[in-house]
Amino acid sequence: MATITAPTSPRTLPSTLKRPAVRKLLTLAAIAAILVPLLTTRWPGTTWPAQLTVDLTTPLTHTSDWIIDNRDTHPLFLYGLGHVSNAVVLSVRAVYLALLTAGWPGVTALAALTAWRVAGPRLAAGTTAAFLTCAALGMWVPTMQTLALMVVAVAASVAVGTVLGLAAGLSGRTDRALRPVLDTMQVLPAFAYLLPVVLVFGIGVPAAVLATVVYAAPPMARLTALGLRGADREVLEAVDSLGATARQRLLTARIPLARKDLLLGVNQTIMMALSMAVIASVIGAGGLGDRVYQALASVDVGAALAAGIPIVLLAVVLDRVTAAAGAGVRPVRRAVWVPALAAAAAVALAARLTGRTDWPTGWTLHIAEPVNRAVDWMTAHLYSGVPVVGGTADWAARFTTWILDPVRAGLLWLPWWSVLLAVAALAWLIGTWRTALTAVLALAAIGVLGVWKPSMDTLSQVLAAVAVTLVVGVATGIAAARSDRFERLLRPVLDVCQTMPQFVYLIPVVALFGVGRAPAVAAAVVYALPAVVRITTQGLRQVDPAALEAAGSLGATGWQQLRQVQLPLARPALLLAVNQGVVLVLAVVIIGGLVGGGALGYDVVFGLAQGDLATGLVAGAAIVCLGLMLDRVTQPTGRRTTKGA
Amino acid sequence: MRLRTTALAGTLLLLTGCGAADMTQQASPFAGARGAKTVTLSVQSWVGAQANVSVAQYLLEHELGYRVDTVQVDEVPAWDALSQGRVDAILEDWGHPDQEQRYVDDKGTIARGGGLGVTGHIGWYVPTYLAKQHPDITDWRNLDKYAPLFRTAESGSKGQLLDGSPSYVTNDKALVKNLHLDYQVVFAGSEAAQITQIRQFAKEKKPFLTYWYAPQWLFEKVPMTEVKLPPYKEGCDADPEKVACAYPHTPLQKYLNAGFAKDGSKAAAFLKKFRWTTEDQNEVSLMIADEKLSPEEAAKKWVESHRSTWQAWLP
Repeated sequence: MATITAPTSPRTLPSTLKRPAVRKLLTLAAIAAILVPLLTTRWPGTTWPAQLTVDLTTPLTHTSDWIIDNRDTHPLFLYGLGHVSNAVVLSVRAVYLALLTAGWPGVTALAALTAWRVAGPRLAAGTTAAFLTCAALGMWVPTMQTLALMVVAVAASVAVGTVLGLAAGLSGRTDRALRPVLDTMQVLPAFAYLLPVVLVFGIGVPAAVLATVVYAAPPMARLTALGLRGADREVLEAVDSLGATARQRLLTARIPLARKDLLLGVNQTIMMALSMAVIASVIGAGGLGDRVYQALASVDVGAALAAGIPIVLLAVVLDRVTAAAGAGVRPVRRAVWVPALAAAAAVALAARLTGRTDWPTGWTLHIAEPVNRAVDWMTAHLYSGVPVVGGTADWAARFTTWILDPVRAGLLWLPWWSVLLAVAALAWLIGTWRTALTAVLALAAIGVLGVWKPSMDTLSQVLAAVAVTLVVGVATGIAAARSDRFERLLRPVLDVCQTMPQFVYLIPVVALFGVGRAPAVAAAVVYALPAVVRITTQGLRQVDPAALEAAGSLGATGWQQLRQVQLPLARPALLLAVNQGVVLVLAVVIIGGLVGGGALGYDVVFGLAQGDLATGLVAGAAIVCLGLMLDRVTQPTGRRTTKGA
Repeated sequence: MRLRTTALAGTLLLLTGCGAADMTQQASPFAGARGAKTVTLSVQSWVGAQANVSVAQYLLEHELGYRVDTVQVDEVPAWDALSQGRVDAILEDWGHPDQEQRYVDDKGTIARGGGLGVTGHIGWYVPTYLAKQHPDITDWRNLDKYAPLFRTAESGSKGQLLDGSPSYVTNDKALVKNLHLDYQVVFAGSEAAQITQIRQFAKEKKPFLTYWYAPQWLFEKVPMTEVKLPPYKEGCDADPEKVACAYPHTPLQKYLNAGFAKDGSKAAAFLKKFRWTTEDQNEVSLMIADEKLSPEEAAKKWVESHRSTWQAWLP
C-alpha cells in the first residue's frame, strides 16, 4: 500500500485533492477498486473465506502433549527453564519468610519509614493506615504473599526493562527493532499471556511471576529508553567537552538526567504487576488474588471485597510513594536508609520478643457480612421493577437488543473485505500508512486464524463499551476540569475503580445486569472510565489560559469557550483518551468471558480451564491482533514522535 | 532468621545451580512457612469441593498437626499440578478419562485415592415452581413448546439454556443440536455468575432452564426439577459431536500425587480414608455458601457434630 501513495504530485491536482485526507481515501478507493472484484469473485460470502484459514489445532495439541510428556525429562526443561523456575520459587520464598519474620509491626514500620523518607509525613501516615487495614481485615498473610510475589516480579521486571531500555536508549537500531515489540506488548490484555506460561511452568508461583514480568517489564523499557533519549543535548555536550568516557557520560549525566522517567517507569511497572498479580490467581499465584477468586466461587462479594481492599490500598500507597519519589519531593540520601532500617528492625525485634508477630485475632474486622447485605439490598431493589426508569435488568436487556445485537449483526453482515477497508481508512486518516498497514494485517491475521466470527462479536462489545465510556468519561472529565472541588472528590473514586480487581465487581454486575454481554460491557466501562476521565481533565486543563482569556474577552460564554476553544485545543489529549479507552476496554471485555460475555474471552477462559492450548492460544492470539488493530486505528500520528525520536 | 533463610537460599541456589532442576518437583514457595509438615490441597471452583477441602483441612490441622495450603485450580490444570506435586490431592473429581489414562496409567505420577462417597450427576433443570405450573415441561420432547418462555436478550428468538463455567464437563451444545431443540446455549462463564443469575430469576419466579449438577447446595435454596433427556447408555457419549443422551451418574473420585501417596505419611492415609455422604457435603456447603460462614468455621461446626464419622478416617 505504501508504494502506491508515493507518486501523487500535489501541484497538478485540483485543490480538493491537496487535502491529505482526501488523497488517502482516493488511494484506498483505487486499491479497493482493483482488489475487491478479484477477492469477491474468488471467495464470495461475507465471513472470512474458509480457504484462507489455517487450522492450528493439530500442531498446537501436539506441542501441548509434547511439553507435558517431556517436562520432567527433556534437558531444555531440566537445565534451562527448571532453573528459572527454581530461582523464582527460592527468591519468592526468601522474601516471604523475611516478611513473615518481620511480622506486621516490622513490615508496617519499615513501609511507613520508607514512605516518610521518600515522600513526607502525610504519606507515611497513609501507608501505616493502609498496612494496618490490611491486617485488620484479616488479610495479613495473603497480603504478604502478594507482596513477596510483587517484590520479586517487580525487581525482575525493572531489571529486564532497564537492560532493554538501556539498549534501546543507546543504540538507534535496537530502538527501532524493540519499539514495535514494546508497543505491541503494551496493548496485550493480561489474560492472553497466561496460557502459554502455564503450559510450560505449570500452575503455581513461577508461572505467575513470569507472566507478571512479561506484562510489567515493557513500560520500564519504554520509559528508560525515552529518558535516555530525551536527555538535554547541551548538558551532554558539556559533559563530553570535559573529556568524559562513554561510561562516565552514561553514569554521571544520562542516567541521572533520566531519573524522572526511570522512576515513572518503576511506578508503572509496580501498578501493572499488581493488577497482574490478581489475574494470575487464575493460574495459582496465591495471595490476595486467590482469596478474591475463591470468594467469587461461593458468590461472596463481601469476602472478595475484604481481599480486594488490601489490593487497592497497596496500589494507592505504592503509586503515591513512587510518584513522590519520581517528583523528587525530597532528595533521597543514602544515609537516611540506615536509621530507617534500624528503626524497622528494632520494631520487628520488639514485636518478636513480646510474641506479637501475628495480628491479634480479636482486632479483625468482619466486613463481609454487612457488605453482602448491602449488595443484596441493592440488587434486590434495582434489578427490576423500579418505577419509571425500569430495573437494571431491563436496561441490560434493552442495551443487548438495541445496541449490542445490531452492532454485532452489522459487523457480521459486512463482507470481510469491507471491514478491512474500513479499518484501513480509519487508521490511515488518524495515523500514518504504517499504522494502517499494521491494523489491516492484524485484522487479516484474525481471519487466517479462523476466529473471524467470535472476534467480530468481541469487537462489537468493545465498540459499544468504548462508546459508553467516552460519553460518560468525557462528560465527567469536562466537569472535573471546570471544578477543582469535583476533581478532588473524584480522585479517590477513580483510584478505586482503576485498582480494584475486576473479579470483585463481576458478581454485583451479574446480579444487576444478568448473565450475558451487557455485564461484560458494564465491567469494562467501570475499568476504562478513570483513564478517560483523567486524560480528558488533564488535556482540558493544559489548554493555554491566554487562549481562554482571549475568547472570554470576545464575549464567549462558558459553553462556547469549551466547544470552540478548549475541546479543539485539547484534541490530542482526547484522541489519547480514545486510544487508552479502547485498550483498557478490550482488556476487561475479555475477562467478561467469566460473566457470559462469550466470544474470545470465553475461549481464553475455556482454554485455561480445560488445558486446551489450541482453543486458548488461538483466541489469545486473536485478542492480541484485535488489540493491535484497535490501538493502531486510534493511534494519533503524533504519539510516537513526541519524544525521543 | 532472615540471615539464615538467605544463606539457605544461597546454598540451595549453588547446589542446584549446576545440576538438573526438575521443575515438576517444586513445592509452592508459600508452603510450610512455619516449619510444619505441609499438605497442599486443590480446591475446585465449586462449593462442594470447598466443603471437602475445608473439612479435610480442619482435621489435618487440628487432629494430625499438619499445615494445609489450598490452591484454587480448575479441573484439568489441577490434574497437571497434581502430577507435578504442586498439589498433593484432589478430593473430588468428576471423571476425566483422558487425564486418568495419561497420568495414572501411562506416567504413574498420580495414584487413585478411592471414592469420595458422593455420587455426582449432571443434568438440565427447571425451577420446581415452573414444573408445577407445566408438569409436561420435564420431558425434553416438550421443551420446544416452551422455548418462548425461556427467551432472554442473549438468546434472541430461541430459548436460553444457561450453561456454567467452561471448566465443567458439558455436552450441551451437541445435545441441543442433535436433539434439534430451538434453544441457544448461553455460557455464564463461571459458576458464580450462573448462581447469581439463577437466584435473580428465582427471586422473581421467572422461568429458566439451566445446566446444573447434584450434589449442590443451591437445590436447598432454589428447588429445581430435572428435565428428562434420552436415557444414558454406556458409551452413548463416546463421540462428543454426536451425543444425544443424558449425563451419567458418576461416583466422585479422589486422586493423590503418587509420591505423596507412597511416602506413608499420616496425611496420605487420612485422605485415602476420607469418605462421606452427599448430605454431609451439602451441610457444609450450605454453611459456606448461604450462611456465609468461612470455610474453616463451617468445617468446625460439622466436625463438632459428626465425631463418629470422621473418627474412622484417622490413621
